[in-house]
Amino acid sequence: MNKLEVKNISKSFDDKLVLKDVSISLRQGELVSLLGVSGGGKSTLFNIISGLLSPDKGEVLLDDKDITNESGHVSYMLQKDLLLPYKTVEDNVAIPLLLKGMKKKEARKKASELFAAFGLNGTQKNYPAELSGGMRQRAALLRTYMFSQDVALLDEPFSALDTLTKNSMHKWYLGVMEKIKLSTLFITHDIDEAILLSDRIYLLSNSPGEIIGEIVIKEKRPRSEEFNFTPEFLSYKREILALLKKAR
Amino acid sequence: MLPSPIAVVEAFVSDFPLLLQNSAITLQEAFIGLVLGVSVGFLIAVIMDAFDTVYKAFYPLLVITQTVPSVAIAPLLVLWFGYEMTPKIVLIVISTFFPVAVGLLDGFKSADKDAIGLLRSMGANRFRIFCHIKFPTALPQLFSGLRIAAAYSVVGAVISEWLGGFAGLGVYMTRVKKAFAFDKMFAVIFLISAISLGLMVLVEFAEKKCMPYRHLNKKNRRKI
Repeated sequence: MNKLEVKNISKSFDDKLVLKDVSISLRQGELVSLLGVSGGGKSTLFNIISGLLSPDKGEVLLDDKDITNESGHVSYMLQKDLLLPYKTVEDNVAIPLLLKGMKKKEARKKASELFAAFGLNGTQKNYPAELSGGMRQRAALLRTYMFSQDVALLDEPFSALDTLTKNSMHKWYLGVMEKIKLSTLFITHDIDEAILLSDRIYLLSNSPGEIIGEIVIKEKRPRSEEFNFTPEFLSYKREILALLKKAR
Repeated sequence: MLPSPIAVVEAFVSDFPLLLQNSAITLQEAFIGLVLGVSVGFLIAVIMDAFDTVYKAFYPLLVITQTVPSVAIAPLLVLWFGYEMTPKIVLIVISTFFPVAVGLLDGFKSADKDAIGLLRSMGANRFRIFCHIKFPTALPQLFSGLRIAAAYSVVGAVISEWLGGFAGLGVYMTRVKKAFAFDKMFAVIFLISAISLGLMVLVEFAEKKCMPYRHLNKKNRRKI
């Protein structure tokens, strides 16, 4: 069954078509990437899915229920961690629970339980400014996870990090994914990242954003970073580059 | 004409009970005025932030209220409200609500749009967004405004006491002026400065308590 389904979404801003008839689906526990150049309407699509923008055409279904134009169902995480500087890490992570009406103490406790699983142990009482970029992204992901245990939208979450930190974040993320089974829609412009992390990849063309191909990555989970250096990996990469080039 | 420092200290000591008594009155006015002024400023900022039309319509008027010198309206307030505490408090409210309102408004408007979007995506309503994002973001500006307002409140109280009243440091000042007691004049001037300074220190203390994240010890700051 499809966890999340986006059907025939179109959206224009000031007569400029940004998204053209985009349809994608996300199954339970799957990680699906949306790969395309920056500024190609990917973030617009995320805003539509999370209910912050309304599409000109099309609908968004979560568990077969129409959630088009409704916020409060699916949350997202951006390249900017958006941790609130005046709250401790623990309180930042607990925000989604507070918004759902949980008491502060209970929310903190519940959030704290997952700190170890996300590799954040010992940072509960710290302020975001005291954390490194990688740790902040972990905290932001945990916050997204606290909001919804089934679907998360990640919009270039690791793209602001340096290569080494990014690599260790990928390793960490692959590990976390095994534990938490989150259905994830992942925006990226990094082809290697998409191949390494995804079950499927949708390729999105630029202006207007249109799906130009879908690639299934058959490599089994759990994956290791070694996958990056295999011939299969390279052939996926070649296929993707060819498709993207053709679309130009 | 210029008393020696020793004379000023002596005046301060000899008139200490009287100064204390008058300070209590002035402080009381300043405190009530400040609390009311800050509340009014807060309310105005919240309403103007929530309704853009209100902001556009009334913000210029708000600025105009500040171009009227408080010394000019104080006698009017005395005529309208009498010699008791009311005209003093009204004057303090008029001069303190502005820095608070303007500071808060700026703070509210500087809130991170992406962070607001994120909370909205999580289903937060306007009230929640206010509590979790707008208000905490505006705290530094609120405290800047508060520091100015605290100083204004004491000055406002003294000025309105000059222009009519039965007790307070302003009244004491007019009395010693009429007696040409320069030493006492200086004593009370220093006292008023000290009170203003004390209030500002209090605000600073509250600021540190409310915003520990702004005072993270840089030396001990470790990146985790």
